[in-house]
Amino acid sequence: MSDRSQSGAGESHGAQGDILLRMKGLRIEGRADEQWLEIVHGVDLTLRRGEVLGLIGESGAGKSTIGLAAMGYARDGCRISGGEIWFDGVDLAKASDATKRKLRGSRIAYVAQSAAAAFNPAHRLIDQYCEAPVLHGVLSRHDAEAAAKDLYARLHLPQPETIGFRYPHQVSGGQLQRMMTAMAMSCRPDLIVFDEPTTALDVTTQIEVMAAIKDIVRQFNTAAIYVTHDLAVVAQMADRIMVMRYGDLVEEGETRAMLDHPKQEYTGQLLAVRELAKEEAKRPEGATPVLAVRNVSAAYGKVPVLFDVSFDVPKKRTVAVVGESGSGKSTTARVITGLLPPSEGHIEFNGEPLPADYRQRPKDHLRRMQMIYQMPDTALNPKQRIRDVIGRPLSFYLGLQGKQKEARIRDLLALIELEPDDYIDRLATELSGGQKQRICIARALAAEPEVILCDEVTSALDQLVAEGILRLLIRLQDEFDLSYMFITHDLATVKAIADEVVVMQNGRVVEAGPKGEMFQPPHHDYTDLLLSSVPEMDPDWLDRLLAERGEQLRDRGI
Amino acid sequence: MATATHNAWKLFKTAPPTAWFGLIVVSIYVIVALLAPFFAPYGETEIVDVAGLGVGDSEKFLLGTDHIGRDVLSRIIYGARNTVGIAFVTTLVTFLIGAVAGLLAAVLGGWVDQILSRIVDTLMAIPPLIFALLILTIVGTSVLNMIIVIAILDSTRVFRLARAVGMNVVVMDYVEVAKLRGEGLWWIIRYEVLPNISAPLAAEFGLRFCFVFLFIASLSFLGLGLQPPTADWGSMVREMSTLITFGLPTPLFPAAAVALLTVSVNFVVDWFLHKTSGLKT
Amino acid sequence: MSAILKMISQRLALGLLTLWVVTIIIFMAVELLPGDFAEALLGQAATEETVAAIRRELGLDQPAFTRYFLWLGDVLQGDFGRSLASDRLISELVGPRVYNTLFLAAYAAVIAVPVALTLGVLAALYRNSLYDRSVNVGALAAISSPEFFAAYILVYFFAVQNAWFPAIARVSETTGFGARLEMLFLPAVTLTLVTMAHMMRMTRAAIINLMASPYIEMARLKGVPRGRIITKHALPNALSPIINVVALNLAYLIVGVVVVEVVFAYPGLGQLLVDSVAKRDMPVVQASCLVFAVTYILLNLLADILSILSNPRLLHPR
Repeated sequence: MSDRSQSGAGESHGAQGDILLRMKGLRIEGRADEQWLEIVHGVDLTLRRGEVLGLIGESGAGKSTIGLAAMGYARDGCRISGGEIWFDGVDLAKASDATKRKLRGSRIAYVAQSAAAAFNPAHRLIDQYCEAPVLHGVLSRHDAEAAAKDLYARLHLPQPETIGFRYPHQVSGGQLQRMMTAMAMSCRPDLIVFDEPTTALDVTTQIEVMAAIKDIVRQFNTAAIYVTHDLAVVAQMADRIMVMRYGDLVEEGETRAMLDHPKQEYTGQLLAVRELAKEEAKRPEGATPVLAVRNVSAAYGKVPVLFDVSFDVPKKRTVAVVGESGSGKSTTARVITGLLPPSEGHIEFNGEPLPADYRQRPKDHLRRMQMIYQMPDTALNPKQRIRDVIGRPLSFYLGLQGKQKEARIRDLLALIELEPDDYIDRLATELSGGQKQRICIARALAAEPEVILCDEVTSALDQLVAEGILRLLIRLQDEFDLSYMFITHDLATVKAIADEVVVMQNGRVVEAGPKGEMFQPPHHDYTDLLLSSVPEMDPDWLDRLLAERGEQLRDRGI
Repeated sequence: MATATHNAWKLFKTAPPTAWFGLIVVSIYVIVALLAPFFAPYGETEIVDVAGLGVGDSEKFLLGTDHIGRDVLSRIIYGARNTVGIAFVTTLVTFLIGAVAGLLAAVLGGWVDQILSRIVDTLMAIPPLIFALLILTIVGTSVLNMIIVIAILDSTRVFRLARAVGMNVVVMDYVEVAKLRGEGLWWIIRYEVLPNISAPLAAEFGLRFCFVFLFIASLSFLGLGLQPPTADWGSMVREMSTLITFGLPTPLFPAAAVALLTVSVNFVVDWFLHKTSGLKT
Repeated sequence: MSAILKMISQRLALGLLTLWVVTIIIFMAVELLPGDFAEALLGQAATEETVAAIRRELGLDQPAFTRYFLWLGDVLQGDFGRSLASDRLISELVGPRVYNTLFLAAYAAVIAVPVALTLGVLAALYRNSLYDRSVNVGALAAISSPEFFAAYILVYFFAVQNAWFPAIARVSETTGFGARLEMLFLPAVTLTLVTMAHMMRMTRAAIINLMASPYIEMARLKGVPRGRIITKHALPNALSPIINVVALNLAYLIVGVVVVEVVFAYPGLGQLLVDSVAKRDMPVVQASCLVFAVTYILLNLLADILSILSNPRLLHPR
């Protein structure tokens, strides 16, 4: 039990105080197929009072699991199987449930990824705020309510006096995430675990939440573990960063030092991930665009979602359609494919108008336009073998059979950099996310298309995997003279792949042009907001941006 | 195919005792039903002892004889053939109607779905036993009528399930891929939807069988199902029910035969559901 | 509140529509009788005059459309006509039996609902424990047993082998409340066994489903004690599924009594229905079916409305 005082004594330095949390050789096991498998392999972690530690890694790195272990908590189907978790003189790995319950909420608090799911739909927000302080005997209900309103105001929530009396579903996502941060703060804990708090949000909302979190953590000198997969986000938030991979620590260091001089190759790759940039190709003069959207308006039932949308996709070029959720970019793709016939306007293919409904389009038209989806999990039939997934368009469109078909499937697999012998007889469920997306690309290529619509094809993937997919798509474009319409919300992806950019907001095209121009000011206001909201690796980026935006952000009152 | 057998064996090895029990009992029922004349000591309607013996009174009649002197064991064995056979056929018909309609509703959507769903809603708003009694009053009680009535009434539940699981698959992007490729309705149902819903449908088949089987037994018990002198478990209970007031447990045997089979099928289905869908029931 | 009122009125309208369709189906049942109803009724005694007389008496000489509305009008006033078999007024025949049936169902529900909910919640809390597993196996066995099996087992052991309770429940209008409770004990327990298992399993599933939600995890991470998590965080959200489970099973109870009434020779509506079906006494069958169907539909309607009312997202719209 003397562990804390010993370790705390000699090592404290600078403005940071004593050691608050220390994990030693933490091991966590997860249950899969009736047996326990280790998913975190002996990780050490130290956190001082008031320090913000970033835990970063791709999916499966074990970062969220470690974050929760800091509260002595393991999810259903997981267990802490070894090591020590010392928090203020208590080993949470061995502490009784009652001891842990006293600490949770009062001295260690948690902010979940999805605020919409983590608030109880049956209670008012302020009741949920007050629950922990009243329960732990920190504040009376009356004082807790007053404190809540004060905190809501500090987090720049609109109508701080009354917003707490709403129910969770009556408040927007970005606000809800700030309400949850307020709730975590309610007992003024020593430590808050943030578990991907901004991942589910749009970029422009993400900034507001990041700013709020950074601000509040500083004000109360709260220590934090900030779990995320996005190095640029963590660069803004953390004093120190731990890079995780496959349940092991890869590298640990001060934020600036690590960003400037990563020691491990893996960290370097993560840092370089946003640097991929394709050189912009100019639109060929006078040529008919392969795909043209002409004054398209569309509605779901009676709700109009697209208003007079027009743009071109030139031959052998990539057009990125950018916008936040609800901007109508995916709906545009549905109109182009013929799944949602437009109420006005039409689609032209090589100058010819296409029938509005895909069922009226000839087979050869369907063949020449292929689609790749955001979620490779749902885009591949889990009961089909890769042979059948890629083989079907070959026999359906091109009439290939037997040996010819087999040879072509193997060619396509080689093309997407998967070893044919290893993969041809696998089921889709036996592949990783990136491999599945490659199979989807092969399936689209099998039809020998002229244009491929890519709907957020990299956003469900880890960054390094996503980069591989982007490189593959660029290579294939050169090899087969493909045209892409590339839907994305991520401007780093735009930089990586686009020749031209179309910015959409609320179902309208707000700006369109060559990529070079789009990344140079002056812009339409919205384009400007969107572009400036994309986090950069520079740790000072957020502070600088907030200073620049100044009152402007508060005036928007989001 | 060796791996398939191997996998099946691996699956069975992890099965809980209840599932093993269920599998073994169901197999015994099937064998007995198929080879009834071979197992039964006496004929189905053969009157062997008019005295009406109780259980254990005679070595010749293991489970005693019924109120008019037929061997109860023989009648239970023949009953397996009649009761289980008819329930199985009825379940098949139920499934054929329900699954086809449900999948069509899921894949086609629109007005086809609307019309079918409204019909099913209405049918389901009336309690099935009451509805069956009403219809059987009109069309008269016969085996064929009973099969048709129960199949139609119960297919509503298969429809609901097939439609629901079908819908879950239809919204998947891979189905959209197939549609945009220009595939026909049959291909989409056969290759994209069906393989992904076979597990819940198989489990539902087991559950529907139990329901249909109990339903027929109840109807027979009420005197509105299989008619005498056919050996049938439900009507056997009804015919012999007076014996119980004389302290004879005889009517409990055919009733237990019904219960044992349903329990066993339920055990197997429960395990299967748990295995295939991770459903924590 | 407007959204919720709209949903409830829609559901009510749908319920009324269903009821109306059911009256049509039940009325049509007679129309669909093979051959002429009057002839079927008279059987051997059918001569041209008698058939014509019966047809006039039953109003069969008028078009079906007119007859439906005449019939519906009568039914709405509680007039179901006369029984073909006994010539008694059906309303007199059905009335006391409806009371008996509802009494038995209520008796069973009073035992079954609290026990089932408690067992279900406990099974969910101690998931995969020995208790949970044995309750589950027991429940599966109970669900799988036909009502007559459970009933006769109880009769055999508690009425024949040990004469603790009566084997038949032949109550009359003069039977006192206490005597009724005793006579109906075995039938009520039978019904309890069969419905309780189902209710318990569904309650367990609903709670387990709920306990996996992120807001329950959040509550645990706020240091909320287990009991409070159940009462404050899980139950308010579990109300809707649990209400549904209970209502569905109450509906089932009322219909499921048919077999139990026959076993115990209890003069309820179910037994009347079965007797009338055997006698092909069509007007009585119609009346009984209508009563059963209306009860069933109303209970389901009630369940839907209550679960709309217990949904916080609908109670507090944006």
